[in-house]
Amino acid sequence: MNLHEYQSKMLMAKYGLPVLKGKICYTPKEAQAAADALGTAVCVVKAQVHAGGRGKAGGVKLAKSSDEAKAYAEKILGMTLITPQTGKHGKLVRKVYVEAGCDIAKEFYVSMLVDRANACISMVISAEGGMEIEEVAANHPEKVLSININPKVGLQAFECTRAGFFLGLDTETIKKLHKVLSGCYQMFMAKDLSLLEINPLVLTKQGEFIILDAKCAVDNNALFRHADLREMHDYDEDDERELKATRLGLSYVALDGNIGCMVNGAGLAMATLDIIKSYGETPSNFLDVGGGATKERVTEAFKIILSDSKVQAILVNIFGGIMKCDVIATGVVEAAKELGVKVPLVVRLQGTNVDLGKKILAESGLKITSASTMDEAAEAVSKAVKANR
Amino acid sequence: MSIIVNKNTKVVTQGITGKTGSFHTKACKDYGTKMVAGVGPGKGGESFEGIPLFNTVREAKSATGANVSVIYVPPPFAADAIMEAVDAELDLAICITEGIPVLDMLKVKAFMEGKKTRLLGPNCPGIITPGECKIGIMPGHIHKPGRIGVVSRSGTLTYEAVFQLSELGIGQSTCVGIGGDPLNGTNFIDCLNLFNQDPNTDAVIMIGEIGGSAEEEAAGWIKKNMKKPVVGFIAGASAPKGRTMGHAGAIVSGSAGTAEGKFAAMEEAGVFVVKSPAKLGARLKEVISK
Repeated sequence: MNLHEYQSKMLMAKYGLPVLKGKICYTPKEAQAAADALGTAVCVVKAQVHAGGRGKAGGVKLAKSSDEAKAYAEKILGMTLITPQTGKHGKLVRKVYVEAGCDIAKEFYVSMLVDRANACISMVISAEGGMEIEEVAANHPEKVLSININPKVGLQAFECTRAGFFLGLDTETIKKLHKVLSGCYQMFMAKDLSLLEINPLVLTKQGEFIILDAKCAVDNNALFRHADLREMHDYDEDDERELKATRLGLSYVALDGNIGCMVNGAGLAMATLDIIKSYGETPSNFLDVGGGATKERVTEAFKIILSDSKVQAILVNIFGGIMKCDVIATGVVEAAKELGVKVPLVVRLQGTNVDLGKKILAESGLKITSASTMDEAAEAVSKAVKANR
Repeated sequence: MSIIVNKNTKVVTQGITGKTGSFHTKACKDYGTKMVAGVGPGKGGESFEGIPLFNTVREAKSATGANVSVIYVPPPFAADAIMEAVDAELDLAICITEGIPVLDMLKVKAFMEGKKTRLLGPNCPGIITPGECKIGIMPGHIHKPGRIGVVSRSGTLTYEAVFQLSELGIGQSTCVGIGGDPLNGTNFIDCLNLFNQDPNTDAVIMIGEIGGSAEEEAAGWIKKNMKKPVVGFIAGASAPKGRTMGHAGAIVSGSAGTAEGKFAAMEEAGVFVVKSPAKLGARLKEVISK
């Protein structure tokens, strides 16, 4: 689960990290009042959406008065922000963060994330603040320092010192950096984060660190022990179908194509998307119905797939292991009847009781194309879509 | 012969009283696996399907000689269950549970350092040596004893590969699911190494997924060490960047963890790569008949 910038900063403040004063605003009037309350010479109006690259897309503006803040808020609120991270449809801006300004002397990059290969938290540091870190790492690997933190003892002082000298800081400033980095590490561990990114971390002309932009992601699997973080979930940022699927315990990812997919198991579901692509078509979704694919789950899954108007055909690919094919076939038939599925339906069943399952499909009176292999299924569904063009 | 588990393996189930744990313990027992004990705090002295229950893994081990544990404990308590199995010095702990917080697994990995126990999973289907021992949630009957090793990050996609093999009359020595989480125990290299040494495995099917770099590291190892043919597939070539595809570990972050990169690394290492998951069995047959 991603957190908004303002939510990340709220948490950071609790860990003693240096963030500027700010307020989340839903209307231009609120933005004006927030700017007045801040009382600083300048303030920044920042679109709050789950995507980076907001500045370049026009979602971040520097205001020199509260009237200007109001005017910018008017412009930004309700706009659809399109950045390299939002996809072509962009993200609707529903709220802005009005934050105090600061005098920037230098900008740095700091992040912490889970390093899978080394089974530790890795801290990434660069003096190239404000830049896309992947680009810096690719073009100038010498400008990026990565420190693997030993999970048994946590972040150590010498590691912060090393980071400080790498950034070219003096010893006084390095002491301040220690506080920032250890606060970040504490928060990362306490809040079950999977990513904490500060870009940029600013050093002001007065020699103080300020976290200017922050992005945090929380490990979804750990949300059960963080009631405060669960409350921060912004449902407006979610795809409607994905949200519905999550509530039903189904794993769904919306995609751009027109073939609806229902599969059991994440690996098989990914492989099914791949094979559809190899036949020149594109799937409308990833959907894993899970191991216990009951009739109810199949029906709900069909409902979600069909609520997407792009869908022109459906491919069901179930490997019946513990779950028997006849049970699944019954579920598919009942769900298709109940929902009056009108698009071509290709069902590939394999595994336990497959013959019984196929018989149920054949005798259902529905127009279901039954397939034995993944290849057959993908070919049939791509033919069905092409025939309708 | 086989790798990791065989007909002498004695298994204790942690989380035997839950719905999943009891269902699959019975299924594994019916398959012929020596399910010798179950653990549930406060259940000591009771029994399930004729299997004695104990309060702790240590008790279960000393009373029954169990050397392997299978864990169905719910996510909030699963990391603790793994550490208990490690502390009891079992040979192997297999964690089926999906949804363990990644920081819990970080703790587990640190705890395991220097200990003798091997971990398989979490978020995996388990392991099976057909005809001898099935531990986990895979459907036993699709497997067939034979000489092909299978190692995979996925569950149902592994069943798909196994099914294709069995349909072609090709049996399996051992099939290992290493799990779909970002942090896991036994990895591809561990399994490939064991298959390489196993006199009764002739070739291996390796099924990877997008996310992380385990497949690239395995490819590097294969190039240097593997003496037996490997047929490989990577799921998720069509997945969008930055989205988690069902498995917590299946995510392309930036330019890292793409299927393209993994396929390329495997090809570079001399792996017989298939781009279609429907062709795993057929390709393997071709390779071993050469």
